[in-house]
This record gives sequence, C-alpha cells and structure tokens, in this order.
Amino acid sequence: MIMDSACSLLHSAHEDEREFEMGDYQGPVARWCAGCGDHSVLTSAQRLLAEEQLKPETTVFVSGIGCSSRFPHYMKTYGFHGIHGRALPVATGVKLTRPDLDVFVVMGDGDCVSIGAGHWIHAIRYNVDMVALLLDNNIYGLTKKQTSPTTPQGYRSNTQPRGSYLPAMNPLEATLGVTNASFVAQTAEWVPAHLFATLKAAHAHKGFAFVRILQRCPHFTPDMYAEAVKKPDIIEILDHPEGIRADGIDKVYKNKISHDPLNLNAARELAQDQSAIRLGLFFRDESYPRYEETRATNKRTAREKMDILNEEFDSYAV
Amino acid sequence: MKLPTVGEAAPSGREVRTHRVHDHSVEIVSDSGEGAQKCGQIFGSVSAKMGNGVWTVEIIPAEVEPPPRNPAGASGIRIRLGDAEVTNWGDETNLVVAFNEQALLGRHRLNALAPDATILVESMWATHPDPSIRAQWEAAMEELADRSYRIIEVPMEEECLTVVDNPRKGKNMFVLGLLSWIFDRDLERAREQIAHAFRKKSEEIYERNVQLLERGYGWAEEHLDFRVEVATQASDLPMVVMNGNEAVALGAVAAGLELAAMYPITPATSVSHMLGEVFEKYGGLVHQAEDEIAAAGVAIGSSYAGRCSFTITSGPGLALKTEFLGLAVMAEIPLVVVDVQRGGPSTGLPTKVEQSDLLAAMFGQPGDAPKVIIAPATIEECFHVMTTARRIAEALRTVVFVLSDANLATGVAPFPRPDLSAEWQAGPPDQRPIPEGLKPYSWDSRTGISRRFIPGQPGGEHTLTGLAHDEGSKVAYDSVINERSSAMRSRKIAAFQSTLLPPEVNGDPEGGDLLVVGWGSTKGAIEEAVERARSEGLSVSSLHLTFISPLPPGLKEIFQRFGKVMTVEINYSDKKDDPFITEENRRRGQLAWLLRAATLVDVDCWTRVLGEPLRPGKIVNAIRESIRSGGDA
Ligand SMILES: Cc1ncc(C[n+]2csc(CCOP(=O)(O)OP(=O)(O)O)c2C)c(N)n1
Ligand SMILES: [Mg+2]
Repeated sequence: MIMDSACSLLHSAHEDEREFEMGDYQGPVARWCAGCGDHSVLTSAQRLLAEEQLKPETTVFVSGIGCSSRFPHYMKTYGFHGIHGRALPVATGVKLTRPDLDVFVVMGDGDCVSIGAGHWIHAIRYNVDMVALLLDNNIYGLTKKQTSPTTPQGYRSNTQPRGSYLPAMNPLEATLGVTNASFVAQTAEWVPAHLFATLKAAHAHKGFAFVRILQRCPHFTPDMYAEAVKKPDIIEILDHPEGIRADGIDKVYKNKISHDPLNLNAARELAQDQSAIRLGLFFRDESYPRYEETRATNKRTAREKMDILNEEFDSYAV
Repeated sequence: MKLPTVGEAAPSGREVRTHRVHDHSVEIVSDSGEGAQKCGQIFGSVSAKMGNGVWTVEIIPAEVEPPPRNPAGASGIRIRLGDAEVTNWGDETNLVVAFNEQALLGRHRLNALAPDATILVESMWATHPDPSIRAQWEAAMEELADRSYRIIEVPMEEECLTVVDNPRKGKNMFVLGLLSWIFDRDLERAREQIAHAFRKKSEEIYERNVQLLERGYGWAEEHLDFRVEVATQASDLPMVVMNGNEAVALGAVAAGLELAAMYPITPATSVSHMLGEVFEKYGGLVHQAEDEIAAAGVAIGSSYAGRCSFTITSGPGLALKTEFLGLAVMAEIPLVVVDVQRGGPSTGLPTKVEQSDLLAAMFGQPGDAPKVIIAPATIEECFHVMTTARRIAEALRTVVFVLSDANLATGVAPFPRPDLSAEWQAGPPDQRPIPEGLKPYSWDSRTGISRRFIPGQPGGEHTLTGLAHDEGSKVAYDSVINERSSAMRSRKIAAFQSTLLPPEVNGDPEGGDLLVVGWGSTKGAIEEAVERARSEGLSVSSLHLTFISPLPPGLKEIFQRFGKVMTVEINYSDKKDDPFITEENRRRGQLAWLLRAATLVDVDCWTRVLGEPLRPGKIVNAIRESIRSGGDA
C-alpha cells in the first residue's frame, strides 16, 4: 500500500480502496530477545490484520507493562501501552466509547493473572467484544525472572530460589469458571499455523475472546517449554468442526481429541486435566450478553441533549 | 393560600407571637429511615420557591441502620432560611423537631443547638410502656435542662395514627405540616413538592402524605403559640434548587461528557445515582467498574478513544486511582476526576466533610505530575465547573481535578437556572486524517500544548505510552528528551495560568489587617464571617480560590497589602501552642502549605476537622483572635 496523502484523502471518500499487506502493520523492529516467543505472536497478528484487511487507523492494541506489553509499539496501528495489569479496563473504555474500533489486548502472565487478576475476571464477565491475548511465559520477564502465578511448582526463580511454593494457577480453568465466559482457547507460539488459526477465530468471535498463548522465554526459562517443543506427542489438539483447525499441522501433531466447544463441562475437565498440553478451542458460545450492547444508548445531538436537559431542570425549578 | 382541611382555628385567647428574623436554622432529627431528610428537602424546596434564601445540609450517621434511639445515630437535616441568599449552613440551630429525645441529645451534645433553641419533640417516649425508655427520657430532659431551650412535646405518633397504620412512614410529613404552619408556607406548593418527591409512588401514597401534612399544619395551628417570619423575596430570575452532586451530574451532561466510570463510595456515589437515572437519555453511560482503579482505566480508555470522560470518587478511591492518573498526565490523556472529599485518612469519616485531599490531588502521583485543580465553591459552580473542566482537560490534554466535598454534595441551595448552550458540548471525536509531519506530541515549545491524535484518524497511528517518550511517542530514555517532555507537561499549566485573572478581594482590595484565604465549599461561611467581622469594625477581607493548580496570578502582590494572611480550611493543622510545635515543624492547612511555597509570604492558617462544615461564628472568633494577636497569631 502507498501511504501518502492521496491515500488519506481517499479515506474521507466513501469507499476505501486501500489494500493492506502485512508490511503495512509493521512498526519498528521488535526489541525482544532473539528466540523470544513474542516475535511469533507479533507476526501472526500482523498476518491476521492483513488477512482481515483491518484498517490500521481503526485497530487498537492495548497492553499493560512487561516484555510482552511492548507489543503495540511494534505494530503500525493505534496502540496504548498503559500500566502494569490494567490493560483490560482501558480496552473496555475504548470499546464502550468506540464500538467501531477493533480492539486487541496483549498481556503477560504477571500482568493478567497476578496484578490484573481482578480486571481479568470481570472482563471475562463483561464479555466486551475484543481479543485478549495472554502471552504466558510462566515468569516475569521484564523484571528479570520472578515467580509468576503460572510458574510451575518447584520452578526456581529469583524471588523463590528454592522453587515456586505453590501449584501453578491455571488460567484456562479460571477463565472457564467465570460466568459469561464466551470464548476460551489455548495455543502455542511455536506452532504458527495453530496460533494464526486461533487468532483468526478469536477475532471472528463476537464477545470477549480469551486466548492463552504458551510462550517461550529463552532468556530466563529456556527449559520451560523445551520438552513440549521437542516432543509434539505430549501435545493434544482439540478437534471439532466447530473448533479451531490449523492447516498443515496434522503430520507433526498427531494427538487429537474431539471436543465440542459448546460443551462447557467437558471444556472445564479438559482444562483441568494436566496429563497433556492441549491446544485448541475449549469453549465458544456467542449467545452470552455483551456488556457494551446491553449498555448501548442512542446518541443524541448537542441540541437534543440540551432540550432533554432543560426538561430535567424543570423538575428542579423554583 | 389554601386553608388546610383539618384542624380548628386557634382557640381564642391564645396569643400567637410571630418572631420576625433575617435568618433561621431548623433541624429535623430522627432515627435513620424515618424520612427526616425528605421532610427537610421538601421544606427547603418550598421555602426556596417562595423566595427565601435556603441552605440545607444532611445529618448522616455512618451506618445505614444504626440502633434506634441512639444519640450517635441521629439522622436528619438542617435547613437554614434567610431573607437574602444563604451561602452556608450557619452556626447553631434555632428550631429543632426531634422524632425522639435521643436523637435530640445527639445534636445537643455536638453543640449544634442555640442555647435558646425551641424544640418540638415526640411526646410518646415520655409515657412509653417500657420503663427503661421512660427512664432515658427523664435522663435526657435532665441533661437538656442546663440550657435555656424551650421544649414543646408533640404527640406525633398519636396524630399520625389517625391517618396511617405505620407512623414510622408518616411522621415526616406530619412534621412538614408543623413547619409549614410555623413558617407560614404555601401549602399548595408543599403539595406540589410532595407530588414531585413521591413521583415514583402511587397516587394513594401522595394522598396519604398530603393528609399527614394537613394534619400537622392543623395541629400546629391549634396548639402552638409562636410563628417565625423570614421575609421572602420572589426572585425575577428563574431559579433551580438542587444539591452539589446533582449539580455535578447535570453539569456533566451539559458539558457533553458521555461516560462516567465509578465505584460506589460515599459521598460521591449519589452523582452516579443521579446520572444512572438521567444519563442514558442523553446517550451517556454510567459504568460501575469492579474497583476504582478500573473506573479510572475505563475513563482513560474512553478519553483516549476520543471522548473526554470522567471518573468520580472520594478519598479511598482517589488513592487507588493514583497510578492511572500519573499515566494520564504522562501520556497526556484528557481526564476529569471529581473528588467529593470526605474525612480522612483511610476510611475516616465517610459521611462528613473535610478538605483534606488537596495535597493528594496535587502531589499524590509519584513522579512529577502537573495537572489542573479546580474547587467549586457553590452548588451553582458544581454545575458550571464540569464544562470548564472538560474544556481544560481537552485543551491541555491533561488531568483536571474537581474538588468538591460532602458539604457541597449534600447541601441544597437554589441558584439561577443556567441558560444552557449547545456550545458547552464536546464535538464528536476528530476523525480527519493527520497532516503529514505532525506527531502525537508535536509540542508547541512556548505553551507545551500539542494536538491530540484519536484512533480512527488515518496517518496518526502510534502507540501511546506511560514510559518516557519523544514527540513521536517513541520510548526514549534519553536524558534530554525526558527533561524536555517534563518541561512541556509543566509548561501547559503555566501557559494556562497566564489566561487567569487575579482573584477578587472580598472586603477592602486596598488592604488591611487580615486577609482570609479559602478554597472550595467554605466560601459562603468565610464571606459571611468577614462581613460580620467588618461590621464590628475589624479590618479584614477575604479571597477565595477557585483554581488551585495553577494558582491565579497576583497573589503575592495582594497578600502584601495585608498585615497578615490566614487560610481557613476544613483540614488538620497543628495549633501553635500544641506540645512540640515550633514555627518549623508545624504542619499547616493544606492550602496554607501551597501558598507559603508559592508566595514566600508567612501565611498562617485556622483549620478545623470537626466533621461538619465551618460555622461562620467560629470563623469570626478566629478572625478576632488573629487580628488581636497581630502578626504573631
Ligand atoms: C504497579 C507496578 N508494579 C510492578 C511493576 C514492575 N513490573 C513490570 S513488568 C512486571 C512483570 C512482568 O511479567 P509479565 O507480566 O509476565 O510480562 P513478561 O515480561 O513476562 O512478558 C513487573 C512486576 C510495574 N511496572 N508496575
Ligand atoms: Mg511473563
């Protein structure tokens, strides 16, 4: 695409004839470590935007603080790199005010599951139409290897050098436990086709689409997902015609389990069961109420507002 | 005026004396839930409509249902009537109507009642079948006897039972009737006001309330021997009457604010109740967030998306919003924060007034976070401040605080009906393409002001960040850039200050012995006190600050015209003769602290944290004392 002023002028005309390629969404070169799983998610997101032809100016990436939260800086869309743990309220405010914007939220595991946990639970329940990506490296990356709620029990960190004391929190289980959860999926950044198919399904979903992305941190936790990367056999793909199907992964990922994403109880059981790492769509149901729609009001012109306000004043008149 | 339908004419031979006064304060006190406040609100509205100056303040216990008949649980309302504008709750109460003697005792113990107050008290407790209640009554009467109160027993319950089965739900309208007779209120207006207050209830309830009103009126006419006349002065201006929170809510609508994000907290919550009722008609939305942090985040997200939004809270909630406010300052996101101050720190005095959040608003965010702070002084200003705040927030791309307080929030007073203008409204979000070369922070070096980019604007794509950033919003740890961007955020406040006028001196602008400086809701009490002190011949003037950040220009010069400058505030300060207190370690009133720093004038302070609005009489004493002790007070 040619990003010139003629193009901007075109925008004001009714038809938008711009065509976007992946490069149109690429911001400055990402400054994550080499081998960091965040790169893969970034590429996948850029590919999704191109595939869906989302306008850069009406797409907003909101994040918190953490390595993963640098994400919006590397996109050429609007971005909001806010404060630690609070991406979801900001995204909610954006969407309540501008339902026309496409909103993506990028969070780390400390960001979402620890400091932002209160917002996370409520955002699931609000079910506002947005894509929420949890980039879960099971560790605090930016602050240099502290235990996160998703750090496996026994895993050593700088704050828990004798190993994490408690069993890890399972974000899928937690999400699936919240009333009004409408889309819950898990994918891994080292399976790009599955990652892409998942982002695409999440974006297509009307409502709050929660995606946990298993993400490698070569710097602090190089061993964390090493086994899963090497042994596709310990990964199980949730398969269903209504689920997420990634092209060309069947040869490597042979373990499949059929799971109907409308079956919440089965989803909870699969999320809870630790015998395999499962990728796929655990749950999706678009019939749940979306907060922004239940709260939608008719917009009024300034003059109309003044007329109604005058009526209001009548009841206070002396 | 229509005559009441019940009650006989005053028995001949009983002499009714009418006291003509400029000013009279009435209190109605009861257990929680007996409707004393509703009664007082209607009485206040009727009085305002008839042309009295009116100020009402609610007396609110901290618990929803404190134990009944308990001095600490006194719930009610004070209504101060005047023959001219009334700007504050006054000093002591002249007439009290008490639903039980314990609530009355609560007010007596707080020294809320004038020594010669007239008291109308429910008589049923004196003859109650429960001996312990009778004993309490006896003890109370003994305790009250050390003042020269005039106590009149009124068989409220007995009278109400002739109309309703449950007198708990009716005494208040009976009392409204009593007061209507005493103050010669227009019963037709009272009926109208009852209809308005119970508009959501059935016709039957309205009828019953009117019957009770008339019963009370009749009883008073038959039994009382005094009336009070506060001259009325019908105003030519169309007036409205409401409390400060209602004014903030309607002001938000007038300003074109469309999203209020909040988490319930006293005394701010009623703004959202009010908005919840009316906002959606305008296409607005009240978002009750999961906590105050989220409320700030939602408002900021909304502002970022192109609509200046606001969040409303009180002390503890403000504490939680801190980090987000720093972000809004850093990333230059317009945001209006309404803080209805209550007693603090921590949970403090949830229902009582204090002005203790000034420094928290000013300096509460770690790092340097310049912002605008406006303090409305009257209920009318609570309405207009919202448009001002929104405009400044958008023009300067920063946080604008509106510091109201529990006194304004629950005080009710009439003010001229605003002549609404569609121009007060915010326009729709700018969606025009961004001109080539313009950056998200293309700061004007002189003013620090830059144009806001709004999602949807082609060519404006960038990532806003709370990290240090350059003009292009690129994360920059470069020391020069950090110094410059800090300067730009600060410069905006100074540039804005250059548009403000020096404040007006109330009294003698030429100078004098003492200048009293106040801010926020204390204006009425301070000015009344200054007027009284001046009429005693004291050389005192006052000055009231609406803008506290930035302070208006010219303060130092004005201060130098006075022998002494003293702030009067509702926050804590050490007194000079307190143990250990020296000139250097004395913790002063919050405004005093700021003024000393800004002007290098030795500003003194007189502050109180009694959980009540300031009384003008007490301020007069402070003025006398300050002038008497000279520069050394
Ligand atoms: C209020 C607050 N507390 C703490 C921090 C420090 N901090 C920054 S990022 C972070 C955790 C990052 O971990 P995670 O969210 O998992 O993201 P990652 O870096 O692993 O992508 C912390 C504790 C902060 N910025 N703000
Ligand atoms: Mg992490």
